[in-house]
Amino acid sequence: MSRKNPFTMAASVARACVLVSVLALAVCLLWCPTCEAKGNDPGKPVSLEGAGATFPYPLYSKWVFEYGRIHPNVRINYQSIGSGGGIRQISEGTVDFGGSDAFVKDGALVKLPGKLLHIPTTLGAVVITYNLPGSPSNMKLSPEVIAGVFLGEIIRWNDSKIAALNPGLKLPDALIGVVHRSDGSGTTAVFTDYLSKVSPAWSEKVGSGTSVSWPIGLGAKGNEGVTGQVKSTPGSVGYVELVYAKQNGLPYASIRNSSGAFVEPTLEGVSAAAAGVAVPADFRVSITNAPGEKSYPISAFTWILIYQDQKDAAKGTAMVDFLWWAIHDGQKLGGVLGYAPLPAEVVGKIEATLQTVTTGGKPALSK
Amino acid sequence: MAADTHETRTANRGDLVFQRLIVVGAVVMVVLLAAIALELTRESRLSLSASGVRFLGSTAWDPVKELFGGLPFIYGTLVSSFLALLVAVPVSLGVAIFLVELAPSWLRGPVGFMVELLAALPSVVYGLWGIFVLVPWLRGGVEPALARSLGFLPFFSGPSQGFGMLAGGLVLSIMILPTIASVSREVLRAVPNWLREGALALGTTRWEMIRGTVLPFARSGIIGAVILGLGRALGETMAVTMVIGNRPKIAASLFAPGYTMASVIANEYTEATGDLHLSALAEIGLLLFAVTLALNALARLLVWRVSRVAVQGSRR
Amino acid sequence: MNSRKNSVDRIALPGRRKITDLVVRTLCLVATLLALVPLLSLLQFVIVRGAGGLSWDLLTQLPRPVGEPGGGMANAIVGTLVLVGLASCVGIPLGITTGIYLAEYGHTRTARVVRFSADVLSGVPSIIVGMFVYGLMVVTMKRFSAVAGGVALAILMLPTVARSTEELLKLVPTSLREAALALGVPRWRATLRVVLRTAAPGIATGVMLAVARAAGETAPLLFTALNSRFWPTSLDRPIASLPVQIFTYAISPYEEWHRQAWAAALVLVALVLILNVAARFFVRHRTDAR
Repeated sequence: MSRKNPFTMAASVARACVLVSVLALAVCLLWCPTCEAKGNDPGKPVSLEGAGATFPYPLYSKWVFEYGRIHPNVRINYQSIGSGGGIRQISEGTVDFGGSDAFVKDGALVKLPGKLLHIPTTLGAVVITYNLPGSPSNMKLSPEVIAGVFLGEIIRWNDSKIAALNPGLKLPDALIGVVHRSDGSGTTAVFTDYLSKVSPAWSEKVGSGTSVSWPIGLGAKGNEGVTGQVKSTPGSVGYVELVYAKQNGLPYASIRNSSGAFVEPTLEGVSAAAAGVAVPADFRVSITNAPGEKSYPISAFTWILIYQDQKDAAKGTAMVDFLWWAIHDGQKLGGVLGYAPLPAEVVGKIEATLQTVTTGGKPALSK
Repeated sequence: MAADTHETRTANRGDLVFQRLIVVGAVVMVVLLAAIALELTRESRLSLSASGVRFLGSTAWDPVKELFGGLPFIYGTLVSSFLALLVAVPVSLGVAIFLVELAPSWLRGPVGFMVELLAALPSVVYGLWGIFVLVPWLRGGVEPALARSLGFLPFFSGPSQGFGMLAGGLVLSIMILPTIASVSREVLRAVPNWLREGALALGTTRWEMIRGTVLPFARSGIIGAVILGLGRALGETMAVTMVIGNRPKIAASLFAPGYTMASVIANEYTEATGDLHLSALAEIGLLLFAVTLALNALARLLVWRVSRVAVQGSRR
Repeated sequence: MNSRKNSVDRIALPGRRKITDLVVRTLCLVATLLALVPLLSLLQFVIVRGAGGLSWDLLTQLPRPVGEPGGGMANAIVGTLVLVGLASCVGIPLGITTGIYLAEYGHTRTARVVRFSADVLSGVPSIIVGMFVYGLMVVTMKRFSAVAGGVALAILMLPTVARSTEELLKLVPTSLREAALALGVPRWRATLRVVLRTAAPGIATGVMLAVARAAGETAPLLFTALNSRFWPTSLDRPIASLPVQIFTYAISPYEEWHRQAWAAALVLVALVLILNVAARFFVRHRTDAR
């Protein structure tokens, strides 16, 4: 090849490199106007960033999708990273709102830069889902058996304790593969809170929290990960929010509640559990192992965490308006997915709380 | 070429400015490295003062009781990396020897290119493949077979879940193979030809020539390549997290889930709510940083030594 | 080479030595085939399953709510381009500058420290870089952002670009530089206009390999760019990227998302391979031109 070649090559390469970077920059800069122009809403565009619980994620993603249709100027980006992440990131102030189904403990609340509100958004059930041949859908489990399995004391599916509860069921002679969460999880907090209440051994050895020291099993990230793991691993068992089991056609167990009845995880069961517990003014309450014949024992509130004093007026208003919509119109979207609506009495209390959210000294709510 | 610049530098102000500018640019690299070390040390201060050296030997990882020990992660990292080396070192040495000494020349380019492609594929794609191809294969075929034939060994006992230390180690071995193979190939290529010719002239077979002449010459470079591979294995995150099972417990069985230092950081670093928990994760990060730093320094030294000797040798 | 090999083979050897030789040769061949098996399996799955999941929607639509069919990951594709673009804007100039420094002033003690730092930095796990940028930018700026992601990727690109620039600048014949200097060109102009230009195709190779590596990085993005289900509109907000999207979808339980994860993997692998093949193309041209 000619001697000139390297030079011309060099020039063209340099030009190509410049072109690529300019194009990339142009794409990201030019995208703004074109995207914002699509919205036909007169309002100024507002972006809300949120992260946290995976438990309500299917509902939240539906909400932001639907809400985005009505209010094209409001973009709510919710990332399901885990409740621990939701609490941590709202504490660091890296997100506008956090999602969690574990409430922040008193000790941690006082360390925060401002007053943090727990806004309940929906009620859900943590279900025990499993992967067995023929996927029998009507397995019955008692609190003792669940604790035994997750403590690693019951290790085979055909253990007499499981068989005694399920006389008609053909249980395989296989090892139980326990799947739990690997990230900081509110679902874990709810589940371990329940186990701590029903099993002294659990409470002593493990305790409750968003991350615990699991005696057995393998970890997967998020409700998504646990469901994925159970779905792909024969003989496994895990705990997930109801919607994840439903959407993936996985069976889930009926659990014996505090009054001795076996209850399936249903909207009614969850609502009954919520009705059986008095909700305090700051909404931080556990409704696991709730009294009542119909109560599903592993039910939980899930919260959106926001600061009472919102620094940015536009964001604050958009946030509170969205929450207002979520606790009213939004509740209708939950049923299909398997989330129980908030009790009317709780909705009233939330309305009052949302009205206390301020931005620059004024109420943030636009209504 | 750099020593002759004194007059030119004083003669031209542009040169001075230019030099200052690029020095500033270059120093960024050093600053970055120092800043990473500082930041990790700062973040892990709480944990360092709370548990100190005991952190390394403790197996507790209990966020509820706020007890944190790094041993399960150190163990998991070491075992998965060791497994990876166990598989990858012989195979990649075979590849390197084949490519440099044995393969017909028309085959060298394409095969070398394909092996290097393995290095270019993103980690997350290995993870995806691991979840949907490797893990089901291990669960359905390999692990039951191993349990049947070698089940008396503690390494091959327990339920076959697919996700576990074995899967983690195998994915890692596939990922570090191209690193070791391509660096070893470079090292073997650096062995001067007159050495080979001398051996062959004495009537050795190819293998005797390789074993007696090429490998001893290249030894420290190959060790360097292996250490580079080990460095990559220790720090690899995504693919391992996706298949290793993420459980902070030490188990003898390779079928059992494990955890590595990099994966626990990926899973918990933005999630830890307790200060001590966070700090313990940072300490794991610091440890990982220090280990990979030391390994890389060592590996560079070894590879560099071979190439220097080779250059001197070829000049002779 | 070949004739020598044949002549060696023809020499009568004691049987055992010959057999050992044959066995080892076979083992090396087997090792090579064994190394190619995972690559072929991986490529096969990525291509077959990826092509199955690939659709026009995937390349042009935003993700749908969880569990609903349809939708795509166009935002993640754009996001990856934006992130890589950002990283290139920071990492390439800085890396080339460092490379020039190492090549031109490479004999000082400072240069040795810089070179060592570059080598060591290239071995630092990407997750550690993610932790660092999280502490440095996300916590202090109080937001996950595309910029933070770009910086993390830039840090990962930096050492590769710097070292390959150095190696290539060193290959430029001294006569070229001397010719320029003899014509009275100041040293900095000689370096930029003659030496750097001559080495440019080779440097482009190093740059492209670094870009390809950055494009596939996942771990540091989890802590910095996070993810988003919208089009990227601003660089100080979270942004979607292909690797993070593949990770999220791969560990999920949804069949639809698995399909999309494979398709996204195909897009990502194609992107990375094109960069790699292009890089090698430049190398070939450079050597041909000699």
